[in-house]
Amino acid sequence: MADRYQGPRRARLATAGARAAVESVFGEQPRGDRISGMVFRALMLLALATALVMLTSLIIYSAWRGWGRLDLDMITEKPSRIRPEQAGYGPALVGSIYMIVGVIVLVVPVGVGAAVYLEEYAKKDRWYNRLIELNIQNLAGVPSIVFGILGLAFIARGPIGLGLVVATGSITLALLVLPTVIIAAREAIRAVPSSIREGSLALGATQWQTISRQVLPAAAPGILTGVILAVARAMGEAAPLLLVGAAGFTPFLPVLFDGQYSALPVQIYRNAVEPREEFQTLAFAGVILMLAVLLAMNSFAVWLRNRYERRW
Amino acid sequence: MAAQGRNPARGLDLETASANDLSLPGRGSPVLSCKDVSVYYGKFRAVSDVNLTIGANEITAMIGPSGCGKSTVLRSLNRMNDLVPGARVEGLIGYHGVDLYGKDVDVIEVRRRIGMVFQKPNPFPASIYNNIAYGPRVTGMKVDDMDDLVEQALTRAALWDEVKNKLHKSAFALSGGQQQRLCIARALATNPEVILMDEPCSALDPIATQKIEDLMLDLAREYTIVIVTHNMQQAARVSQRTAFFTTVVDEQTGERTGRLVEFDATEKIFSTPSDERTEAYITGRFG
Repeated sequence: MADRYQGPRRARLATAGARAAVESVFGEQPRGDRISGMVFRALMLLALATALVMLTSLIIYSAWRGWGRLDLDMITEKPSRIRPEQAGYGPALVGSIYMIVGVIVLVVPVGVGAAVYLEEYAKKDRWYNRLIELNIQNLAGVPSIVFGILGLAFIARGPIGLGLVVATGSITLALLVLPTVIIAAREAIRAVPSSIREGSLALGATQWQTISRQVLPAAAPGILTGVILAVARAMGEAAPLLLVGAAGFTPFLPVLFDGQYSALPVQIYRNAVEPREEFQTLAFAGVILMLAVLLAMNSFAVWLRNRYERRW
Repeated sequence: MAAQGRNPARGLDLETASANDLSLPGRGSPVLSCKDVSVYYGKFRAVSDVNLTIGANEITAMIGPSGCGKSTVLRSLNRMNDLVPGARVEGLIGYHGVDLYGKDVDVIEVRRRIGMVFQKPNPFPASIYNNIAYGPRVTGMKVDDMDDLVEQALTRAALWDEVKNKLHKSAFALSGGQQQRLCIARALATNPEVILMDEPCSALDPIATQKIEDLMLDLAREYTIVIVTHNMQQAARVSQRTAFFTTVVDEQTGERTGRLVEFDATEKIFSTPSDERTEAYITGRFG
């Protein structure tokens, strides 16, 4: 008789114990915890809101101030010191596009190559590899004007001596963003699981085959994102370009290794410091144009990345 | 490398030959042999003094507690240990009498002939088809018809019927067990002689495990298989020979080193082991 009740009683005891244990974990939180949780959440939301409000008001304000010049002429026309109402960003836009393409062409092979070396080939315990690594991180934090001086001294003049041409601007900007690209590419390569490398090597693939056919394709979306972000940063830089010859008000379209050139941020700056009201309007319109180019580039990157990921 | 006596059993009628039929011609003739093998990681001696011989068309199981060096030994059989910085092999590992760590040995060729399946299924982020075709492509195998080769590899790995309509879909869409069989098929595609399996079922459920075990028994007719497993029943079910490893602690230095305790026919290891440590382990008294 007693035996028959042993089972259910034990079961009840066990359930009660389990419930108590669970409740102690998931049960009502103390009041203090709840309030601090809410405060913390509100603070986070505030931080997010600040960023969003700043950005939207910037865009809206620029659009409002530049509204009068948001036309096709603004994109196609050449700049003018005399007739701002007809002037535009033609040569500056072309100069910027030249430099974007130049930066991509230079930075992708060098940046990815350096990242592959550091992640796949370099022996991590050697002092020189650690030194290289440390210095790349330091380089990423060097102010852009320093790269401007470097470009002026070594690329425009000095040993390379290209002169103050759009190629010089391109190389300078590429050097500026190279560390960022290397760091981003390393992250992306490191994120590829080592089981993929082992699987490839175990099939008799060489290290280079493993890198080129498995690691890099798998890391490509991450690398691409890094490159686009870096290029977007390069495009917005005015300071180093001022040192390597980006002129304002140049009426000619740039030629890679010859003659004057300009760039969007530099031209915006030149317009903004002119005293007449029409120049100010043009400067604001230029800001909107630059944002549009950036947005187009980022959208392209997202599209490209999604396409890559869907391939499998 | 001399390819002496390569897979004599290949080409037998698969329907009639049974996996446990010891009368297969050439079965048990030595393929891989370890003589006084020790493996170091830097100064640390992970495993020492291993002597064993792996016979053709047999399944050899390596069992033992965690950290006893069985995976280390397995990975030195196709030189995957080369990838670990500081890893070093002493002693002699012979493959058909050729020193695997000899100066003129091409690591790539070693790994092509001695394939490997890992603990966690690791398909490439590509289609099922390209997963299989990868090995033959990178090793520059002469392939008349890749479609044919893919079908054969998948059929051998008992996966063809399940995937034949989605060959160009992502390998990640397969279940864990299917992914592991895909990895086996991938290893088979380069036409290896030996397949090393490092706990191939530890991430799988019992049904998927059963399928892989059936597959191993099947494959042993054509291939030589070495399997590391934590599951003693699995070793007893599939293998003809078993190597039992354990960890020995040095009294003076406190250093832990893996050692091969006993290597014998599976039946003997599981019924009348000659070392008491083996007996303690298989009866569940330690490890």
